[in-house]
Amino acid sequence: MEETIAAIATALGEGGIGIVRISGSQSLSVLNKIFRGRDLQDRMLTYGHIYDNFTGELVDEVMAVYMKAPHSYTTEDVVEIQCHGGIVSLRKILSLTLRNGARMADPGEFTKRAFLNGRLDLSQAEAVIDLIQAKSDASFDVALDQLEGKLGNTIRSIRAELLDILVNLTVNIDYPDEDIEEMTYANLSDGLKKVRARTTQLLATADTGRIFREGLRVAIIGKPNVGKSSLLNALLQQSRAIVTEIPGTTRDTIEETVTIRNVPVILTDTAGIRDTDDRIEQIGIMRSMESFQKADLVLFVIDGSRALDDSDDEIISSLENRKAIVVLNKSDLPQKVWKEDIAKRLPQSHIIETSIKEEQGIGKIEEEIEKMVCGGQVRQKNSVMITSIRHASLLEQALGSIDDALSSTAGCQPLEFIEIDVNHAYELLGEIIGETASSDVIDEVFARFCLGK
Amino acid sequence: MEHIYMGEYDVIVVGAGHAGCEAALACARMGKETLLCTMNLDAVAMMPCNPSIGGTGKGHLVREIDALGGEMGVNIDKTFIQSKMLNTAKGPAVHSLRAQADKNRYHLEMKKTIEHTKHLAMRQIEVTDLIVKDGRVCGIETKTHTWYQSKAVILATGTFLRGKIFIGDSSFESGPNGLAPSNTLADNLKKHGMALRRFKTGTPARCLGQSLDYSKMQEQKGDEHIVPFSFLNDEIGENQISCWLTYTNEDTHRIIRENFHRSALFGGQIEGIGPRYCPSIEDKVNRFADKKRHQLFIEPEGLDTDEMYIQGMSSSLPEDVQLAFYKTIPGLENLEIVRSAYAIEYDCIDPQDLKLNLEYRKIDNLFCAGQFNGSSGYEEAAAQGLMAGINASLKISGKDPLILGRDEAYIGVLIDDLVTKGTNEPYRIMTSRAEYRLVLRQDNADQRLTPISYEIGLATQERYDRYLAKKLAVSRETVRLEQKSVGPKDVNDFLIAHDTSPLQTRTSLADLLRRPQISYADLAEIDDETRPHLSEHEITQLEVQIKYEGYIQKQIAQISRYKKLENRKLPQDFDYSQMEGLRIEAVQKLNQIQPASVGQASRISGVSPADINVLLVHLEKQKRKGKE
Repeated sequence: MEETIAAIATALGEGGIGIVRISGSQSLSVLNKIFRGRDLQDRMLTYGHIYDNFTGELVDEVMAVYMKAPHSYTTEDVVEIQCHGGIVSLRKILSLTLRNGARMADPGEFTKRAFLNGRLDLSQAEAVIDLIQAKSDASFDVALDQLEGKLGNTIRSIRAELLDILVNLTVNIDYPDEDIEEMTYANLSDGLKKVRARTTQLLATADTGRIFREGLRVAIIGKPNVGKSSLLNALLQQSRAIVTEIPGTTRDTIEETVTIRNVPVILTDTAGIRDTDDRIEQIGIMRSMESFQKADLVLFVIDGSRALDDSDDEIISSLENRKAIVVLNKSDLPQKVWKEDIAKRLPQSHIIETSIKEEQGIGKIEEEIEKMVCGGQVRQKNSVMITSIRHASLLEQALGSIDDALSSTAGCQPLEFIEIDVNHAYELLGEIIGETASSDVIDEVFARFCLGK
Repeated sequence: MEHIYMGEYDVIVVGAGHAGCEAALACARMGKETLLCTMNLDAVAMMPCNPSIGGTGKGHLVREIDALGGEMGVNIDKTFIQSKMLNTAKGPAVHSLRAQADKNRYHLEMKKTIEHTKHLAMRQIEVTDLIVKDGRVCGIETKTHTWYQSKAVILATGTFLRGKIFIGDSSFESGPNGLAPSNTLADNLKKHGMALRRFKTGTPARCLGQSLDYSKMQEQKGDEHIVPFSFLNDEIGENQISCWLTYTNEDTHRIIRENFHRSALFGGQIEGIGPRYCPSIEDKVNRFADKKRHQLFIEPEGLDTDEMYIQGMSSSLPEDVQLAFYKTIPGLENLEIVRSAYAIEYDCIDPQDLKLNLEYRKIDNLFCAGQFNGSSGYEEAAAQGLMAGINASLKISGKDPLILGRDEAYIGVLIDDLVTKGTNEPYRIMTSRAEYRLVLRQDNADQRLTPISYEIGLATQERYDRYLAKKLAVSRETVRLEQKSVGPKDVNDFLIAHDTSPLQTRTSLADLLRRPQISYADLAEIDDETRPHLSEHEITQLEVQIKYEGYIQKQIAQISRYKKLENRKLPQDFDYSQMEGLRIEAVQKLNQIQPASVGQASRISGVSPADINVLLVHLEKQKRKGKE
């Protein structure tokens, strides 16, 4: 029997309605755990509410539809939950389906199932393969993106602790005759509790969204002292970045999450891009370029009171094939840069004249961001969010396995049963960071212990 | 030179070690006319290293070999001199049987069995070449200018192929244990396009028992209650000997350290790759410098000899150094060495050149087994020998191969690991290599494998009947225990006496058995006359299945998921570069390994989950095109 899978089926921010789709034999039972409303009938749109069945909290007002196999896209039992299109609601509902027995769908998996189950005809095979490849590549980018950072390191360090336990278990099981320290239930339990605490901590941050910081990545770029930090503060409506007259004050990138007209946005304020000999500033500039590469949308700030120079030109040429909003700032001062000149050089961009100091034009920027996102002009690079839910779901499963291992330990069950759960947790965490090598344990066993005849 | 024709066989097996013996016996028992070739009849089933069979993981292999109708379990039951169930402090899935063998009797009994097996001929000849026509092997040539015709050949050359022994700074061409090496065959295998590589292994010194002072060592006795390896046996002999435990010390390590430079291992003469789990003592001292002592076991090599095996102390140091460091060990002060420790290097293949039925991919009907495939250990060799024999027989009968899954047997794990993942060192089985070890227990090896073997005509009627009887007895008794209920009044005294909580309401005997404190034997006290008499094998399986039912069910659910991809077969000799959408690395790996199923493909390093999805879509495409 195929596992039941779930995913968000609609692109984010592209309309008022979002859909979470579930496919597989458990679809209806997953839904029934979280849906309160009229009984669902085959292919009848039904009004109701989604509740978090763990806390009892109301999540969203929804329409749900159940399509009984084989009359569905995948030819399996399919459930679709239409909810309000916001990220919070979609994310919450997807998490709930995962916590209630569904598995996060792989890239292109619904379509793959549709094809394998005969729903799509042969001519679509190539398209299906493209989809699998494209989506995998995209989510791979996202995975790497997140894993360079703290999350990857934290998971690696939790895994290292699990590996330690696993290696000791393995040696105890496979080398009963050797002169090695026996694993006691007490130190096994201590080790597992430590791992449990760290995993729980990580999961807690996932819930508030701070580890994944999902949302649209918007980078603010420009030369030093054109008003990038002021723009950030204006958008945040609070003073976070230090604003001074000295060029190069922002030497590192600053990241802030903010909701702009219902679009969750990660704003990155970057160090001003210019030629400099200052080592620290150079590092800052490198980081700027990096966050510029990663951004879904770029806010390019120009000081309209100074003529364009080489640094501006460099940025303009790197923006040629990208969606950008050009912020022509300092409109309160005598202008030396004209909107038309920029429009000629960056025809894909929207140009907005502002005076951030005078609080002029900021509303227009917000409006433009919303328009671009909701008009589908900017898509989230695949979906950091989905990946993050996948991660949270894997973390949660890992936690479940650790709990199983702990309860077996408390019951003094044989080590090889406990090892299975510990190993499972280790593999699940590995999936998050894309490491699945199973020879780790055996390699470590031989590296750490002196074994053999 | 014209070769003399000496006759025709269905299968010719090259080498009569643990792999070769099992291969030849399996073929003959499946009705194939078989010729077993060995360079020395006195080395049939020789144990050139440790004098024991079994151990963790390995014991499971022996049980499986037995369940499939192989000989290793039967032979060790006949010739063991001490038996021990390891890991009894842990759970049933990793209980492992190990027996000390009388090496010479082990050899003699195996030879006798071969001599008395129908359809099986054995000859002392040196095979020097394969006869290959149109990509298919069809016979062998020998050193004495003869040739034999056959439909299949099984290579099980062990460490003989271009064998080279190292002791200190001396090295010489030799097979194991002073036997002649096989050099011509190695050259000719290369001529047939087989890629060979060098692996290395080693063995410690042997000494005379009379030169040892046992009062300074700890005695290691066998189990009081002896469990046979073979499912055909209910009761076997008794322990005859003890083993002895002692330790190295700082003096030992100092001598070894001072002479590192004289070791063949560190001197750079050895090019072969040795196993990490079988390090020489100089390797242990070098890599684990902070370890104050290493343990070693003194193990008798047999009843008719005073030779003792010094387990844990293999070495390639010169003989004077060996003697010096051995003598620093308590109990070994007056040690008399009769055979020196040595390292041996030999030719073997990359097992990724094999199919899962152990057939060499580029030469039809040529099967390979044992150390020749890059494994290590008697049990690993025997397991592959058995499977090579079975598959050679099936192939020449035009039947489907027998491929055991990773969910069916440790043998399946062993072969899949070798063929799919390859190995960079002599491969040893370990229970941690098996994903489904709660199901792959030694107590149920017969239930897993005997019907399969019976079906292909290998397991005897007697074995099959015993399997059926056990199956029936266990399932009947399980039902009875589930149904028979007892009340608080009847059993609470019993429960309290066994340190477990008393009952409030009636419950079944099965539920009581699920408590860790209660064994099946204990239940006799509160049971009635309907309790049947069960054999040892039956009781073990019954107990395990009831006590750990929950865990086992969980694993069975995992297996059903694993099976889905295993059952999606892939075409053979397929050019994956034609498959659009696969990444280049995946194409290369898939072309090299030619996996039999999508499941096998998913275990190849370098093949991603997305590649697997692409494979699935292509398979479906092919299927539908076939229908059109």
